[in-house]
Amino acid sequence: MNPRFAWVLPVIVAVMLAALPAVLTPYTHDLVVKIAIYAVFALSLELLVGMTGLVSLGHAAFLGIGAYLTVLASGASGSASVLWLLPAAVGASALYALFVGALSLRTKGVYFIMVTLAFAQMAYFVFHDTKLGGGSDGIFLYAKPVLDVGGRAWLRLDDKQHVYYTVLAALVITYGVLALIRRSRFGHALAGIRVNEQRMRAAGFRTYGYKLAAFVIAGALAGLAGFLLAVKDGAVNPELLSWHESGAVLLMLILGGIGHLRGAVIGAVVFTLLRELFQTEALVGSLAAHWQMTLGFTIIAFVALMPHGLIGSGIRRSQRLRQPPRRPHVELPADAESTILQTRPSPEVRDA
Amino acid sequence: MDLATFLVQCLNAVQYGLLLFLVASGLTLIFGIMGVINLAHGSFYMLGAYLAFVLAPFFADSFLLMLLVGVALSAVFGFVLEWVFFSFLYQREHLQQVLMTYALILVFEEARSMLVGNDVHGVPIPAWLAGSFELGALMSYPWYRLFASAACIVLAALLYLVVHKTRLGMMIRAGASNRDMVRGLGIDITLLYRIVFAGGVALAALAGMIAAPMSSVYPGMGSSVLIICFVVVVIGGIGSITGALVASLLVGFVDTFGKVFFAEVSGIGVYLLMAIILVWRPEGLMKGRA
Repeated sequence: MNPRFAWVLPVIVAVMLAALPAVLTPYTHDLVVKIAIYAVFALSLELLVGMTGLVSLGHAAFLGIGAYLTVLASGASGSASVLWLLPAAVGASALYALFVGALSLRTKGVYFIMVTLAFAQMAYFVFHDTKLGGGSDGIFLYAKPVLDVGGRAWLRLDDKQHVYYTVLAALVITYGVLALIRRSRFGHALAGIRVNEQRMRAAGFRTYGYKLAAFVIAGALAGLAGFLLAVKDGAVNPELLSWHESGAVLLMLILGGIGHLRGAVIGAVVFTLLRELFQTEALVGSLAAHWQMTLGFTIIAFVALMPHGLIGSGIRRSQRLRQPPRRPHVELPADAESTILQTRPSPEVRDA
Repeated sequence: MDLATFLVQCLNAVQYGLLLFLVASGLTLIFGIMGVINLAHGSFYMLGAYLAFVLAPFFADSFLLMLLVGVALSAVFGFVLEWVFFSFLYQREHLQQVLMTYALILVFEEARSMLVGNDVHGVPIPAWLAGSFELGALMSYPWYRLFASAACIVLAALLYLVVHKTRLGMMIRAGASNRDMVRGLGIDITLLYRIVFAGGVALAALAGMIAAPMSSVYPGMGSSVLIICFVVVVIGGIGSITGALVASLLVGFVDTFGKVFFAEVSGIGVYLLMAIILVWRPEGLMKGRA
């Protein structure tokens, strides 16, 4: 595809999603919303892993903080206004990301993976051990937020359709923002850091600041996903911050293909469907009781057979011209470009 | 806090720290030498604890024999696991290692749930270690905890001797700094890796077995230990065994006294410690080689 028309496909998908509720059953409606929220979450991590080359294993902390703040700040009486609740949730996540990022970015590589995981665990314990967030049971969101402007309720998030379109809008905005960042001078600096940080520093970039900015933006977007998740489910619990969740979102990226925005979205779709599939007794029979094991083996198979994700080679040819060249020994799986030839789909994907 | 409580808590802290050290040293050995970041390491600790639970009825009179059998079993398990799974992770990037070993945790957790269920279990303290050590009227301290500390100290010393004084240790250290050179010298690095991995698994499992009679055996115990071990490794400096020892004791003290003074938010203490150390020394207390 000509790179000038790369925006066409995402727009078509967005339009189709907008028309989708007409044909959805309550179950699939809920599933699509869930997938879209996880897509926002995965996109936020893509900014770190794919665009900046920072593997964070604690990204669920920002999702959880956004979700918890949404519920805690809403209070028990009356509906809170989206106008301040959403910025508050996003801001809280961004603030924690600033704290975690400022410290963990002093480290590199495996250290960074461990430190982000540990800080996420710290946030997990705050909600798990204290009475602040209802302990391990979590808390309920009694009154869903609304958007009242000029006496008219523009948005009532206790309405499923309103939630659907809010989530869709969030997905489109997140995708758009990240696409813009990717093309901006800032995005190119991040790509430069991913490829060769030392060279960027030699070229006069203060790479720490750039990485911290990326970390905070990623945290804020994860907070947005957390806000949406809290509003959709009407409840939060500490599992949202658990490292299983952080591992899951990292896996979505790998599944879809790191280095591409659509990879994050595809990964979120496939992973959420897989998780759903493995837990559905009607489809996998008695295996459903042991879905963790099925999921575990599937992950191993995926990572072993297709380390560069589901994204095919077709869209790559055009992008190769636009992307900066990669250092041969990048620690991360950079883009699939170099190794597309090894990629082959595994049977599990085709079924899903 | 009176003197007796203080002393007891100090002993608890040392004992917990030493136990952590056993798990963390295995983690750090495997990472330092093979370059594999192994999220499933906590599962080996869990394996040990459950081995103790399963084996205890068969070894009612002989706790030490049980430990020996457990270590042997877990070492064999580690050997086989390295052979069929980890040996093919070495060429992979860290991100992929993280995900593969994350998947392994899911598999192990489910296998545990299928084999022994999801209940919380206790493991009896062996009869000859029951009771408490009385120091006059000043304090009393459970014999078993003293035994646990002593066992960990012996193991730590043994580990030090093996790594620094034996031919195997020499190869291990050489392998950590330059694996191609070691291979070039004609040393069977595949076997060396397998032995180190089995050793790391056995250390973690042994820690689990020793811990089992003191704390209950429960699902998810592996992950909580793993993350604390990450904190230990980050504080100590990756690849440094001495660093891991210092950091383990530090974490032991912070955690134990955190529980005494700030019961409700004690879970956060060690992470704050990590944050402070990172500000002060991003490379960890002892800068590792790896």
